[in-house]
Amino acid sequence: MEARDTIGAFGRGGADNPPPSLEAPSPRYGEKLIKGILAFCAILSVITTTAIVVSLLMPTIDFLGEVPIGDFLFGTEWAPTFSPASFGVLPILVGTISTSIWGMLFAIPIGLCSAIWLSEYASPGARKTVKPVLEVLAGIPTVAIGIFGLVFLSPLIEDVFPFMVNVPPFSAGVAGLAIGLMLVPIIASISDDAMRAVPGGLREAAYGLGATRMKVATRVVFPAAISGIIASLVLAGSRAVGETMVVLLVAGASPNLTFDPGSSVLTMTAFIAQTATGDISTGSITYDTIFAVGTLLFVLTLIMNVFAIRLVRKYREVYE
Amino acid sequence: MSEKLEERAPEENADHAGLSQKIAVRETTPSDVDPWAGDRVFELNNVSVSYGSSLAVNDVSMQIQKNEVTALIGPSGCGKSTLLRCLNRMNDLIPAARVNGEVLYHGQDLYGSKVDPVQVRKLIGMVFQKPNPFPKSIFDNVAFGPRILGLGNVEDRVEKALRGAALWDEVKDRLDDNAYGMSGGQQQRLCIARTMAVDPEVILMDEPCSALDPISTAKIEDLMNELKEQFSIVIVTHNMQQAARVSDKTAFLIVEMDAAEGNRWGQLVEYDETDRIFTNPQDGRTEDYVTGKVG
Repeated sequence: MEARDTIGAFGRGGADNPPPSLEAPSPRYGEKLIKGILAFCAILSVITTTAIVVSLLMPTIDFLGEVPIGDFLFGTEWAPTFSPASFGVLPILVGTISTSIWGMLFAIPIGLCSAIWLSEYASPGARKTVKPVLEVLAGIPTVAIGIFGLVFLSPLIEDVFPFMVNVPPFSAGVAGLAIGLMLVPIIASISDDAMRAVPGGLREAAYGLGATRMKVATRVVFPAAISGIIASLVLAGSRAVGETMVVLLVAGASPNLTFDPGSSVLTMTAFIAQTATGDISTGSITYDTIFAVGTLLFVLTLIMNVFAIRLVRKYREVYE
Repeated sequence: MSEKLEERAPEENADHAGLSQKIAVRETTPSDVDPWAGDRVFELNNVSVSYGSSLAVNDVSMQIQKNEVTALIGPSGCGKSTLLRCLNRMNDLIPAARVNGEVLYHGQDLYGSKVDPVQVRKLIGMVFQKPNPFPKSIFDNVAFGPRILGLGNVEDRVEKALRGAALWDEVKDRLDDNAYGMSGGQQQRLCIARTMAVDPEVILMDEPCSALDPISTAKIEDLMNELKEQFSIVIVTHNMQQAARVSDKTAFLIVEMDAAEGNRWGQLVEYDETDRIFTNPQDGRTEDYVTGKVG
């Protein structure tokens, strides 16, 4: 205590001072309010998701009351608005998978190669130019990409590969290509961030062993960043499956059960958009069909995400 | 070896007239064994390193003997790590870094136009300040070098390297476990084993024990004594006792300052046999540092 007195004016050790209070000087209502607002915002998205699932489920149950689930999931003819109606979802499910696969086949190699170049090879100046351009590309409205596909890509492909696209300008392949263009910046940008987050010490270790830049990139940085890279692929895959505008404009609208990139296809999203913009009465079978397809789309992306999380857990390299 | 490489005293660098300190030259006292007689791995002639426009190390001339431990000591910022990184062209990875002067490796210019830095680093390995195992299994860490370089007998090499790093008995039953499950000292010995597995001639160690506890440090110091039979080792350390314990030759660097310009750079003060540096230094600044009066 005596030692504290030597502090002088700041000391609390004087004999006259009452013991200092340990209670909060104010009830801090503001902080409680802010905490409430923050929690509300976080919970809001959970509520929204739940509400969407519930609103999807009710009409879906009505739909399944009229159409047996086997006919829906395994039927090969999709003609819900025709008479007699047919509700086999396979053609539009395959349409979605087909355009997504073509898109991903185009986007994954280009996106990952861009990411490796950006993170391991590009000079700081080149990176500063290229990365913002990529990010701008990611922000282009999909309707613009759809139009680009329609007026530029289709004729181009028709000229270059006349044998491949037999029903131009609407085909799964061109739609896939346009989707792919849209996915490249997502994969490149997120994978680049993931690779750049790998500690420099790991790169130095590999260089110190006589590794070339390529070996450092592919054997050390890429595996160490795999969880972020898979996350970018999952995000891109979800975008591809959920993409509506591009496929509506470019893929055609014929529910053909085929993976042929030259064939016109109808995807689940395009069906929903097309049908929902027409005149349909609430509670009709067509109305319920939209929700049934929406539910299937939701389940599809959910499966993809669960699968991706498992994949990440299996291959993740944890440093520190 | 050319005649001029035999000279141990560098000339004053005209570009930095007045900045350059005369390096205390060891007097040629006759002894039974000339400690400088053995083969040389490196010859540094007037080596300066700068990052962009700022000088980091100025005008270092020294030679590094084969199968010895050479220590670089000095206060923080004296450029000892920068100097070490010149020796296997690790500074190439920093775009703005520039090396002037001559670094000879067995008489060949390390910065010659035909020299491939990847090839250089195969022969001159490096162990870093912070243990940096790859986020892979213990086996895969050591096997990494042999695999990327396409060397045969990976399993034998891994075992030999782990034995050489005095780690085999501790890890032989868990070679498939992740390296990050090991203690810091084990991780650092793993990094040494990883470097040994590609069979380099020189191992550069950049403060290899600064993140380790005293027991792990002692293990690595013991290891260095064994390793110098197979490798030439250059170690940067800020621990003077460590330099005194493990090294044969010691170079002492200081931070020079230009008060008017506000620049700081590293300068070699004295380079000699470790015993002489610690017991009979020729330069007063070395004496002040090793006796703890400054720094």
